[in-house]
Amino acid sequence: MSGEVRVVVAVVLQTVVVVVAAPFLVGVLRQVRARWEGRVGQGLLQPWRDLVKLARKEPLQANGSTVVAWVAPVVVLGSGLLLAALVPTVTTAGPARLPADLFVVVSVLLVGTVALGLLGLDAGSAFGGMGSSRHLTIAALVEPTVLLAVYALSVPVGSTALGPIVEGRLADPGRVVAPAGVLAVVALAIAVVAETARIPVDNPSTHLELTMVHEAMVLESSGRDLAAVELGSWLRLSVLLALVANLVVPWGVATAGDGPGLPALAVGVVAVVVKTAVSGVLLATAEVFMAKLRLFRVPELLTGSFVLAFLAVTGSYVIG
Amino acid sequence: MSLRLGLLAVLSLALVAACAGGALGTAARQRVSPLLGALVGAAAVWTGALAWSGGTGGLVVGTVLPGVGARYAPDRLGGAFLVLVGAVTVLASVWALDGARGTAASRTAWVAYPLFVLGLLGVMAAADVVAFLLAWEVMAVASAVLVLADHAHRPEVVGAGLWYAGMTQLSFLLVLGGFAVLASAAGGTAWADLARLAPDAGATGLGVGLLLLGFVTKAGAVPVHVWLPRAHPEAPSHVSALMSAAMVKAGVYGVLLVVVRLFPAGPSWWGLVLLVVGSVSAVFGILQAGVAADLKRLLAYSTTENVGLILVAVGAAQVTTARGDVATGHVLLVAALLLTSGHAAAKSVLFLTAGSVLHATGLRDLDRLGGLGRTMPWTCGAFGVAALGAAGLPVTAGFVAEWTLLQALVHAGGPADPRLGLVSALAVTVVALTAGLALMTFTKAFGIAFLGRPRSDGAAAAHEVGRAERVAAALGALAVLGLGLVPGPMATAAVRALGVDGVTAAGTTLAAGVRLGGVAAAPGAVGGAAAGADGLVPVLDPLALSLATLAALVVVAGVVARLRRRAARRAVELGWGCGGARVSPRMQYTATSYAEPLVRIFDAPLGVSRSVATTTADAPYVVRAMSFRQRVRDVFEEHGYRPLLRAAARVGDAGRALHNGSVHRYLAWSFATFVVVLGLAAR
Repeated sequence: MSGEVRVVVAVVLQTVVVVVAAPFLVGVLRQVRARWEGRVGQGLLQPWRDLVKLARKEPLQANGSTVVAWVAPVVVLGSGLLLAALVPTVTTAGPARLPADLFVVVSVLLVGTVALGLLGLDAGSAFGGMGSSRHLTIAALVEPTVLLAVYALSVPVGSTALGPIVEGRLADPGRVVAPAGVLAVVALAIAVVAETARIPVDNPSTHLELTMVHEAMVLESSGRDLAAVELGSWLRLSVLLALVANLVVPWGVATAGDGPGLPALAVGVVAVVVKTAVSGVLLATAEVFMAKLRLFRVPELLTGSFVLAFLAVTGSYVIG
Repeated sequence: MSLRLGLLAVLSLALVAACAGGALGTAARQRVSPLLGALVGAAAVWTGALAWSGGTGGLVVGTVLPGVGARYAPDRLGGAFLVLVGAVTVLASVWALDGARGTAASRTAWVAYPLFVLGLLGVMAAADVVAFLLAWEVMAVASAVLVLADHAHRPEVVGAGLWYAGMTQLSFLLVLGGFAVLASAAGGTAWADLARLAPDAGATGLGVGLLLLGFVTKAGAVPVHVWLPRAHPEAPSHVSALMSAAMVKAGVYGVLLVVVRLFPAGPSWWGLVLLVVGSVSAVFGILQAGVAADLKRLLAYSTTENVGLILVAVGAAQVTTARGDVATGHVLLVAALLLTSGHAAAKSVLFLTAGSVLHATGLRDLDRLGGLGRTMPWTCGAFGVAALGAAGLPVTAGFVAEWTLLQALVHAGGPADPRLGLVSALAVTVVALTAGLALMTFTKAFGIAFLGRPRSDGAAAAHEVGRAERVAAALGALAVLGLGLVPGPMATAAVRALGVDGVTAAGTTLAAGVRLGGVAAAPGAVGGAAAGADGLVPVLDPLALSLATLAALVVVAGVVARLRRRAARRAVELGWGCGGARVSPRMQYTATSYAEPLVRIFDAPLGVSRSVATTTADAPYVVRAMSFRQRVRDVFEEHGYRPLLRAAARVGDAGRALHNGSVHRYLAWSFATFVVVLGLAAR
């Protein structure tokens, strides 16, 4: 196989792995939570079953809603798929014309965010608008943290492309524990929690509409529309979690230098599945022992993460 | 080909258009004047393109004042701005074929419109101080006339016109003062004469300071932005588009003229001043836009935000260049031009479609709009694309520009220069916060106006607008997408306009992305194992990104098509009806409620005041009625301008004591003045 074909194969494999694994990750999160709360839980397969069930049902569309009702879910799913292809989870290889530039990754993420926000406004219900407003407020406040964390991560490598950042950490593990690197990853982790609507920013399993953020926007969606939105959101969660895991524990990822051959890719798949599952268990455990913040306390959390990210940037200049 | 012909064409077409506007009857004027306006714009695009690609020649006006001539000869940078202004003029004029009605199409308005465009073009084409100031004043006066178009019917137009006229003349005086200082120090009025001045001399500093203040006033930066949220909403929509997308750029052009063309070796404090002004403008502008409920006011504040970002880019370029990192400085300048073009494309569409919404519904108030996506699909589509551009999302011109800016900022400084690193970290913060809030602002603007259900009768009775309005909006939206999908040619053209390097088109074909060679890390600094010599140069290829997305979506479409055969979509009255949440359109979120979290979080910089009054029955728990009032103020206006205006009024009152109606006293004043003048003259 020539190099380019191998890169394409690696990227497609990476996307497929993430798509297959994302519902399982959600299953892991729910199962861990259930066990901590003393319940039996639904099993790891339940999100997949839900997805298939939803996809087969007819979507209902409220009178007066527009094409956004079915376009927005597709956009959310498309944004998730693109993230799965771009972000180095299994391999750091990528097409030369399309490097996993973090600024591009963030904007792809934001396209999904906006699509969800518009979906919430489309049907013209009170709760949808509420969720949309909150969702976009949080997204706006997370943005400085994300971009500054990107900046801090890019300083030692001289590039904002994720491939070189992860490979740089692999080549020089000292960077993983360097103060600037740690601060940046912690800030990024908080931003990821906010972007993926987890506790303490949003409660994914809430049934109380007035506290909803993410759930309020998708209340009006049903059938395959809902399936697309859910899968898109799960993809976003899995990719970002895997990214943080790869930044903290870069070992195992198939590097571009391997010209990723099949053995390296196999190792990469196993490594990322293990890493993401472990971080999923940790995330779910942390969530059990935390309460959701009041909406107007969220800015305080995000200001804190921003300060960490800013320290990371300044620290990366002073102490490396 | 000489530029002389193009400039003559622009001049004569504009004069013909002004005469036609004055001479023709109402019906003929509505057909002919917009077409002539579009021709002026097309001629400007042609001339600008010639100048941009290096054409020479110019137009000398022998006598503009007794004994003083003026020379118009655009260079490459001026040519780029001519193209921009010309293109926006074409869009606005085409839109006006259907869109300018009533007072917006009056005789006065159609005389002033071509003169306004002519003044704008003259500013970009000027080759000396006199030519520049002459064109600047024509632009200022003609635009003030246009803002006042509807003064007879709406009293608020008069206030807006007064503020606008005051601020625009202030800006003229500052620019006049700045150029006067520079010209007297240089002993000549041509740009070449001014460029010979030493940038760190005291007189140069004073002159440049006055000029920058004048230019940012025209550009609508904080704290001299107060005219913008008044004049843009009250002016006719095609004039708002021209003012926001083109005239504000005259201020940007002025800033670039000073820091790029006249004094490229200026000290770094100029850049720091621009950075601070730009940062405050960007964040304050987008916050105000985020909480605005008037659609055109929202767009006006967002113009302040965009100008802020452009000033951040120019300021950062000046600082990095002055500190020795010339290559990154060049990339930042290119980012400034990309921001300028992206903003011009997006904002002209946004103002024009806002005008279409105004026609269709009679409303600018977002709180009363809604559901226009079904009744006005063309307008909705164009507004949506332009909103994406204004929010800086892929694949639009705004995204490419913000990406370039961010890439250049994170590569500025580096370990070699921590102080510059701190500056760029703060700049990245500003850009990030601005981008995040812009996302919310434009989701609100689009979602509240075009989605959901109509919140008033006017919105419910909306209809799609005429063909010319749709064509203009669609063309502009195509420009936003085109510049975003294939940014390479525009980036290389920007490089040529600025006479810098560091940015190239990635790929050799026309379908090219952007490659920032200027900010590549030195090979020694690379820690990655596999990164080749070329692997770390930031590359953006939106077309490849779109194709990758398309490939993913083809798979999705296949799955959806199969599922669709199984179960078709079904329309229902209530999608999900918890507590009958859709019963009344009034239960939807409005623009004001959408922005409520922002108002709460940023209440201090927004100057929010709110009052809740509850009328209860016998027991305090039985509420009869509640009234809620909330007001968002402009803190700069409240604490900056009001005291100033009050002080001016006091000085005026005091001055009244000097003239009590007695002729003797007036004669005494005249005599005293005469003596003082004689004394000064004899010195």
